[in-house]
Amino acid sequence: MGVAHPTEIGVEPGVAAAVSRLTVVPQRRYGIWVGTAFALLLAFLIIRAFASNPAFAWGTAAGYLFHPSIMRGLGNTLVLTVIIMALAIVVGTVIAIMRVSPSPVLRAFAGVYVWFFRGVPALIQLIFWFNLSLLVREISLTLPFLGTLFSVRTNDFMTPFFSAVVALSLCEAGYMAEIIRAGIKSVPTGQAEAASALGMPYRMILKRITLPQAMRFVLPPTGNEAINLLKMTSLVTFIAVDDLFYTAQSIYARTFETIPLLIVVAFWYLAVVSILSVGQHFLERHFGRSDTRREPLTMRALRNLVSLRGIAR
Amino acid sequence: MSDVKSDNRARFGVPADSMVFARGVRKTYGSLEVLKGVDFDVPEGSVACIIGPSGSGKSTFLRCINHLEKLSGGILLVDSQFVGYDLQGDRLYEVKDDLLCQRRAEIGMLFQSFNLFSHMTVMENLIEAPTQVRRIPVDQAKAEAEVLLRRVGLVDKVDRYPRELSGGQQQRVAIARAMAMKPKVLLFDEPTSALDPELVGEVLQVMRDLAESGMTMVVVTHEIGFAREIGDQLVFMDGGVIVERGAPREMIANPKSPRTREFLSRVL
Repeated sequence: MGVAHPTEIGVEPGVAAAVSRLTVVPQRRYGIWVGTAFALLLAFLIIRAFASNPAFAWGTAAGYLFHPSIMRGLGNTLVLTVIIMALAIVVGTVIAIMRVSPSPVLRAFAGVYVWFFRGVPALIQLIFWFNLSLLVREISLTLPFLGTLFSVRTNDFMTPFFSAVVALSLCEAGYMAEIIRAGIKSVPTGQAEAASALGMPYRMILKRITLPQAMRFVLPPTGNEAINLLKMTSLVTFIAVDDLFYTAQSIYARTFETIPLLIVVAFWYLAVVSILSVGQHFLERHFGRSDTRREPLTMRALRNLVSLRGIAR
Repeated sequence: MSDVKSDNRARFGVPADSMVFARGVRKTYGSLEVLKGVDFDVPEGSVACIIGPSGSGKSTFLRCINHLEKLSGGILLVDSQFVGYDLQGDRLYEVKDDLLCQRRAEIGMLFQSFNLFSHMTVMENLIEAPTQVRRIPVDQAKAEAEVLLRRVGLVDKVDRYPRELSGGQQQRVAIARAMAMKPKVLLFDEPTSALDPELVGEVLQVMRDLAESGMTMVVVTHEIGFAREIGDQLVFMDGGVIVERGAPREMIANPKSPRTREFLSRVL
């Protein structure tokens, strides 16, 4: 009553003119100008050093970029990464489930696993598995009354490639187990409780309720792990698996073109990491939007894949 | 099966129409005694409401009924049968998980926080347990789910995810999900406590309809109005024991115990 509604306030012509004459002067930020100039100068110097120093031998590097050996090495690096990551996810999931199991023995086993395989440097694990024959000469299965069913010499199957797969996937599984465990823990307990109340047994709850919901928390850090693993596979050079780095090394050991070949290696790692990062960006965008109103199609597809759908049965 | 039931009835004095039968139920966590001997009867087709201050053990008691919590003492029978045990002579053998799950599936439970499966649509929530636990064909489960959703007035939300629904709608879906298992009894653990005041009515209406259709219900609630109107019996719990029980109208109008009177004066 009696209070003027905003639209009823009239602005006097003189005041309106005074307001419209005003201009805003931005604050002067001299520090930023100095910093910008400095960064530009530094960038110029670095580029000039790279371009003008003949030791970089850009032409040589370009010549080796698609060299057949390098391509084979790159292929092996990618194959290693995919196999190891796949195994690490499987083993990591099992370990994570053990870590949240009601059995204290299983929990302790999984805890020790993570403690050991995360704690020992990957390179040491790698060389250990490669030298397994020093510890175990042969692996055999002998049963009473049946005799030796099979026997195989450790050196015959612990090839460099196989030991690389075993060592790095066991190691990576330690990290994946922690990521997946955190994912499982982030699912509200009410979900499993409601499922119990509906008569679902523990394994079914894990498979159909808990793990599918843990996915959205697990996926972004898994992308990170994949990128880390790609670079970690360069360690297999030490046990002579001909990955990207090893093939480059064997070329420059012969030709002494060390720097150009390191540039080639760096280029390919960067290229693959960039592709993975783009993929990860999209995954994170999908899975980070857990609060959006509609679930993205790709997320549903992935989730359905993961939950090993049984509804259609 | 019916042998077991009649044996139990004769042995423990369970009334013929009993749905939930508790005698001397105790529950301890370490040295903390949450339930100190609860006797409780719910006849088939009736509605029992449990009220009491927080920490009085009423939610724990509810969770004992479907064996989400193991008893520390006493007996609890649903439809004249033990839920988590097989009785042989004087020994109660804990049953295997799959049998426990089968029995639990016949006892529906509703939670304060709804607990709809957040990665599933409304329809998927409703058919999950029938298809996975009971192995009912998907088409049949979907048809039954649609009937239930129509009953709670949400048949247009079948393809929505829980987060797209209001709290009241989520709780109504949760009720339909519990009903999809055709339970003998429904347990409600403060079903409206997490709801905005204007959404409480729609959930209570669904519960009222269920009660009128003859569903046996045990309701832990703060809705005194609902208890008075729908409840066949009212139980006041405090400090792990039942302090007072009776017909809701009479008990709310003239509480006998001073603790009941004090509690009611605070919530009314």
